[in-house]
Amino acid sequence: MEQAIYGNEKQIKRKQRIRLGIVYAFITFFAILIIIPFYWMLITSVKTMTEVQAIPPILWLQPWEWSMENFSNAMERAPFVNFIINTVVVAIIATVGTIITTILTAFAFARLNFKGRDILFMVFIATMMLPGEIFVITNFITVSSFGWVTLDQTYLEAILTMTLPFMTSIFFIFFLRQAFKQIPDELYYAAKVDGKTDWQYLWRVMVPIAIPTITTITILNAMNTWNAYIWPQLVTQREEFRLVSNGLRNAGFELDGRMMHNEQMAAAIIVTVPLLIVFILLKKYIMRGVSRSGIKG
Amino acid sequence: MLEEQSNVKAWFYLAPALVLLGIFIFFPIVNAIFLVFVSDYNYQTGQFDGFTLTENFRYVLTNRHFSRAMINTMMITFVSVPVSVIIALLISVWLNAIKRLQGFFQTIFFLPYVTNAIAIGMAFSFMFNRRFGLINWFIGLFGISPVNWVGTGATWGSSIFALLVYITWLGLAFKIMVFLSGLQGIDKQYYDAARVDSASRARVFRHITVPLLSPMIMYITVTSFIGAFKSYTEVVGMFGERLGPPGQQRLMTTVVALVYDSLDRSGSPGALSEAAAAALILFGVTLIFTIVNMQVSKKRVHY
Repeated sequence: MEQAIYGNEKQIKRKQRIRLGIVYAFITFFAILIIIPFYWMLITSVKTMTEVQAIPPILWLQPWEWSMENFSNAMERAPFVNFIINTVVVAIIATVGTIITTILTAFAFARLNFKGRDILFMVFIATMMLPGEIFVITNFITVSSFGWVTLDQTYLEAILTMTLPFMTSIFFIFFLRQAFKQIPDELYYAAKVDGKTDWQYLWRVMVPIAIPTITTITILNAMNTWNAYIWPQLVTQREEFRLVSNGLRNAGFELDGRMMHNEQMAAAIIVTVPLLIVFILLKKYIMRGVSRSGIKG
Repeated sequence: MLEEQSNVKAWFYLAPALVLLGIFIFFPIVNAIFLVFVSDYNYQTGQFDGFTLTENFRYVLTNRHFSRAMINTMMITFVSVPVSVIIALLISVWLNAIKRLQGFFQTIFFLPYVTNAIAIGMAFSFMFNRRFGLINWFIGLFGISPVNWVGTGATWGSSIFALLVYITWLGLAFKIMVFLSGLQGIDKQYYDAARVDSASRARVFRHITVPLLSPMIMYITVTSFIGAFKSYTEVVGMFGERLGPPGQQRLMTTVVALVYDSLDRSGSPGALSEAAAAALILFGVTLIFTIVNMQVSKKRVHY
């Protein structure tokens, strides 16, 4: 009798182990599907054109067989270092601007009592529904009327056009307001008793408490800049002012009418790697920040 | 709960954002409404040729790419979103069930999120290359003859298939992250209770996991639908600015592409009005589907 129960338990354990094995098998399968495009990009970027055109495709090359000259050739095709620098500059300026305006506005909505607050907030929320294309049309006219999108565009003009429209975000204001709202009122009254002004309270108490949310905003905003394609494509007038996305897309990789896939993939690696390095360094914050952004309220 | 009104102070805090929003968000909304109702507007001179109610909308609707743009956008929305939501849900449930290597796999599944859509789109495009690509080599192992996915003379079906694979792949990371953090927030008690009742795995998934995760599934589905309606950069990533296989310009065009096509001709009179009309049509479609979504979810989502 006892033995039967023991045997049964053993069976259950075995069943569980098999089930877990199947789960790992599925996860590994999908993980490989995620990795393949990255691997294909990498392996293509280190092939010679003969190797690129081999049939069946070459799936593995020893590191000492890698043709690293694809990278230097790719760099000659377009100023990729400039693209990366431009993207970093735009990301930093736009993000710092966004954070400052967002903190101030979210504070007003969360903490201050003023006439028209609820109506203004409703207007804000309503505009979140609208597709960005509606804004892009007029913003293009606006920056053109500032004289920033001319053929003799300066670097400053290019940077201003690419940052100024993105120095605030209603979504982030809404997002940060939620975080500010969760801070108990008692802290505010205590600060008031201590003779602190609203300004001091905001920067010394609220902002430090809301750091996780502000980190999320920073990450999402920087990521948006790295992927920004449409607006930079519309407003940059000179090749060296482009950002990574439109710089990469506009670079030509043809030689004698033949597509140089290896150089194209080398360029793709060049713009992919900086973000991956940042990701590896800040993995914990980025992953936490992104999953946080998906949770409403 | 708050003390006396502080009007002046509040507007001081609001000022920086309000100035920027005024110029780059609120004015464009008003201006878009102006643009769609004037004909032959020239933005350089500010001149236009009277008002019109439907002319600009008619231009967009009769654009020879309109129906194709609509079909492609609908395909992207109604295929890639459900498929990626389901796959992401499965992967996150599996990820939640394992302990060893969980962090490692989580990092891998997150990778598509931290890449450049153009760069990885180019890699996909070359994966689908007819002669030298990975996909045709792979299906060749099963005796399937090579398909001309995205090359010169590729069909609409093969091109949209390749595009959908890419867009689905690209959308997985964010959804997995959100679902996984949702799953980790579910109280273990529910599962313990289910075990006591010896409920099957499928029943637990259907009756516990999905209902408790439903607010998140709903949120992700709605935002993904909205995002999918606005697909454009993904197409550029794979097919370049011509938005189609070589020699077949605009085969993969989308609704948003109509806006930018008009904007590219910004110099010619009326082009910006057409762009505004296309953007408003996009907004209308998005709005309708969001409302329908909300209505459906009211019955299904358990808060």
